[in-house]
Amino acid sequence: MSGYRLADGGLVDRATALSFTFDGKRLDGFAGDTLASALIANGVTLVGRSFKYHRPRGILSAGTEEPNALMTLGEGSRAEPNIPATTTELFEGLVARSQNRWPSLGLDLLAATRPLAPMLVAGFYYKTFMGPTKRSWMLFEPFIRRAAGLGAPPTGADPDCYDRRNHFCDVLIVGGGPAGIAAALQAARSGARVTLADDAAAPGGALRGSRTRIDGEPAGAWLARSIAELDALGATRLPRTTVFGYYDHQTLGAVERVTDHLATTDGSSPRQRYWIVRARHVVLCAGAVERPLVFPGNDRPGVMLADAVRLYAYRHGVACGRKVALFTNNDSAYGVVRDLSAAGAPLTAVIDARAEIPEACRRAAHDAGVELIAGSVVRGTHGGRSLSALDIGGVGGSGTVRRLDVDCLAVSGGWTPRVHLASQMGGPPTFDARLQSFLPGAPSTGWIAAGAMAGTLETAGCLAEGADAGDRAARAVGLEPTATPDIEVSEELTGYQPLVIPAIRGRGKAFVDLQNDVAASDVELARREGYVSVEHLKRYTTLGMATDQGKTSNVNAIALMAEGRAGGSAEVGTTRFRAPYTPVTLGALAGRHTGAHFQAERRTPMHDWHVANGAVMSPVGPWLRPRAYLRAGETLREAYIREAGNVREQVGVCDVSTLGKIDIQGPDAGKFLNRVYSNGFKTLAVGKARYGVMLRDDGMLLDDGTTWRLDETAYLMTTTTGAAAPVMQHLERLLNVAWPNLQVNVTSTTSHWASMSLAGPRARDVLADLLDETDVSGDALPFMAVRRSSIAGVPVIVARLSFSGELAYEIFCGAGYGLAAWRRVLEVGAAHGIMPYGTEALGTLRIEKGHIAGGEMDGRISPHHVGLAGMLSKRKPYFGSALANRDGLLDPERYEIVGLVSRAGEPLRAGAHVVSGPAGNPGPSQGFISSTTFSPALGKEIALALVKGGDARRGEVMYAADPVHRRHLEVDVVSPHFHDPDGTRMKD
Amino acid sequence: MRILCPCCGERDAREFTYCGDASRVMPALDAEADAWAAYVWGRKNPRGPHEEYWQHAHGCRHWLRVTRNTETHEILSVLLEGPWRARHEAKDPR
Repeated sequence: MSGYRLADGGLVDRATALSFTFDGKRLDGFAGDTLASALIANGVTLVGRSFKYHRPRGILSAGTEEPNALMTLGEGSRAEPNIPATTTELFEGLVARSQNRWPSLGLDLLAATRPLAPMLVAGFYYKTFMGPTKRSWMLFEPFIRRAAGLGAPPTGADPDCYDRRNHFCDVLIVGGGPAGIAAALQAARSGARVTLADDAAAPGGALRGSRTRIDGEPAGAWLARSIAELDALGATRLPRTTVFGYYDHQTLGAVERVTDHLATTDGSSPRQRYWIVRARHVVLCAGAVERPLVFPGNDRPGVMLADAVRLYAYRHGVACGRKVALFTNNDSAYGVVRDLSAAGAPLTAVIDARAEIPEACRRAAHDAGVELIAGSVVRGTHGGRSLSALDIGGVGGSGTVRRLDVDCLAVSGGWTPRVHLASQMGGPPTFDARLQSFLPGAPSTGWIAAGAMAGTLETAGCLAEGADAGDRAARAVGLEPTATPDIEVSEELTGYQPLVIPAIRGRGKAFVDLQNDVAASDVELARREGYVSVEHLKRYTTLGMATDQGKTSNVNAIALMAEGRAGGSAEVGTTRFRAPYTPVTLGALAGRHTGAHFQAERRTPMHDWHVANGAVMSPVGPWLRPRAYLRAGETLREAYIREAGNVREQVGVCDVSTLGKIDIQGPDAGKFLNRVYSNGFKTLAVGKARYGVMLRDDGMLLDDGTTWRLDETAYLMTTTTGAAAPVMQHLERLLNVAWPNLQVNVTSTTSHWASMSLAGPRARDVLADLLDETDVSGDALPFMAVRRSSIAGVPVIVARLSFSGELAYEIFCGAGYGLAAWRRVLEVGAAHGIMPYGTEALGTLRIEKGHIAGGEMDGRISPHHVGLAGMLSKRKPYFGSALANRDGLLDPERYEIVGLVSRAGEPLRAGAHVVSGPAGNPGPSQGFISSTTFSPALGKEIALALVKGGDARRGEVMYAADPVHRRHLEVDVVSPHFHDPDGTRMKD
Repeated sequence: MRILCPCCGERDAREFTYCGDASRVMPALDAEADAWAAYVWGRKNPRGPHEEYWQHAHGCRHWLRVTRNTETHEILSVLLEGPWRARHEAKDPR
């Protein structure tokens, strides 16, 4: 209990108190607090348990780099895990819970693994559980995964709504600190359409609440003036917006947290908005992250980044401890010394690893009245769940010189530019010796980096560099920049001069990556074991692979790896950073494309009738089709058996509007079809239909269907429901790429036509009553004939085709007449015993006939596999012919389609393997079942299967092996043409 | 990615369907199996400029011959393919 609220100061609104809960305990804060600043103000130091060892952890930072203070926010389906408290704006009623502890944060029994810590080193899991002891990994994995972890995801559906927005601009500026604002101003002044995205609630970055004076006035006044000018110039400002990814062709992804900071919303705004920004030029001003120092016990709650301690004081009016020491290796931390004194929370001591300390720094410490302990380092920390004292020793030796009682240690190890976005669209980051860190590499697309991200740490430099970047961006989009006004900044520390100390040795673990619990000893072990590549180090130790992407750990780890290596950190290099820069909730990426909006649902013109008449609808590709029409008390199985039986005995009608339809016209249409189909189409007469098979370029089956010749130069092609789009694209490809000189046009007319199939021995009687003045006799309308006619004056095309094996007709009419025509068919058919039938009965009828459909046409099947070799013309070349008869496809042991009959009458299952042996000794797979049904015509459970050398195995007894469902059924192998193999019924 | 469709203007890559290597030339239908096998399975995977087909599937449905740098995804040229190719090539593609 060390942090407290200062008597005054900060940007918080002390008149607006907010209450929130942390692990069920009610606490208070002010408007303008973050969850982290409010927790510190309430004296909370312990906020979480570490990933692997369950060590107590406190708040480290004040930004997106936070590795420790990850919370689960909200409750129920709105609970969201792993949110940094440091970036969460406080609101009334906020509910936060700590993570990775059981049963409670204070008493975490999982911390019992800590005595095992010496064992749990880098690569422990793999060394112990893989290789010869692999079986034990299987045993222990679930336990290990539970013990090591973060927050749990909610189990319910996400109740919030999200939006996606496309946005275009001339110049996108990422980051609203001094460099970003200066860049935005200059670009906007030149007339560019500027967008400024900043992840904070208010712009300003490091300037927000700072004591710096610009042009003689407080930084806040300059900020307000600049923002007002930007707004007047029409710039788009996106607060609370994190640009997380930089993609090809100047496309960037950003997520705006629209309502996350509000206690209640009226529902008119999405929770978050995913912005897809297309920018002609980009200015990256993402700033820099302060690096921790690596010393024993550096993960104890109370050890914080120095700049975070400063930010909490001057931005939130919160002191992080009663006795605060500073431990640094560089000049930048001396600004913290001055600022904390000014904020009324002076430091106790400054420990500087450097023996020679620059005069400006000495003066800053002296002016603040703070003891300066030079040439010294922190060798260890004391305290249970929060810091109570430090061991301090000389930088060269190993012993402890003195002990210092403190409850907070502010640490500064230098600055790490946030090069993430630059790395996504640029060359490898380059090492900078002055910063002892990496700078953005060479751009591979139109961006400029400026400010701290480019290694410039002083405000004056950031403002100048930002303005210059704004000018350059304006020029890049063809605009003439305006003159840059001079800006004067109050005196600031300009030195840096860090002393490189990759890790301080002593008793206890010195952590490099706090979020993934990777200690300096792990990195050293990896190095000893020969992991010299940074890519290997990362994977072996998991360093930098947590949700914070190693924002505070990568550079320190690289320095450790570089110890004793000639080239240093520059030679080790970094890994490439990948999007997203910070975690993005999947809901934001999905936007409105969830539930019914996930994919457009296609309905036939007869859809409403189906639903109103008991149809069970099921998706077939994008379409909804009736599976069967259930009568009162009927099961699906009873319904489809009744419907299929009725087609065999009387007559049925099926909605086949989902079949793909392609209108093919032009003087060369016949020639085109003759090339596309493997069988002959030259001789197809006007008024006739023909079944055709088309192949891919590799000789495999693409699709089958009938094509009707409507007149000399016009054809109507039908495809299977699922292949409508691929076939259309195939035809377009051939006409555009292969044969651009053919005079043919293809148009998809799938949804222009409503189609129904009238099938059964009494189909002709129904048709005679249905059509206006048309002779439907076998002579006038023979098998495969196509005729134009009408139903009650509505024009239709009737084609005598059969998929079911019965006497059958397909009737096509304009989609707008579909429902009326359908009703008329049922009215007229009533006297002949008509029933509608769905896709289940349709499947039954075609399986009984041995016709192939989706189950068989899985892309690995050629006509030689499914008894369609006769469809491969030997008289003409056609698309796919060169490879259609290659050796592999003619192998006698190839899959061939067979029929299977279940001997014991048990239903068969698609996907079951066909094997030669009984249960217990099945032998290798000989094939698989592709489609199954109960056959009303045979009174048996039947299936189609693809079996090696299937034709020759007819008459054998085999087994349908389905170990997943513990079934092993005896089957007779028979011809796939179960019913009416000669086709007399459909041709009568 | 963004592709400059000669018919529709610059559009997001999501509107287009990638349709494979355009540097390969389809053999005649009656060519030998070896020629077809080379066409179907013989693929280069170049680093640098690569000619490929894209169809503006959610737009004008035109087939485009796109030259894309596979290393940087920079699009170097976009030409209409098919019966309109000759007429398009006569004009400035932009």
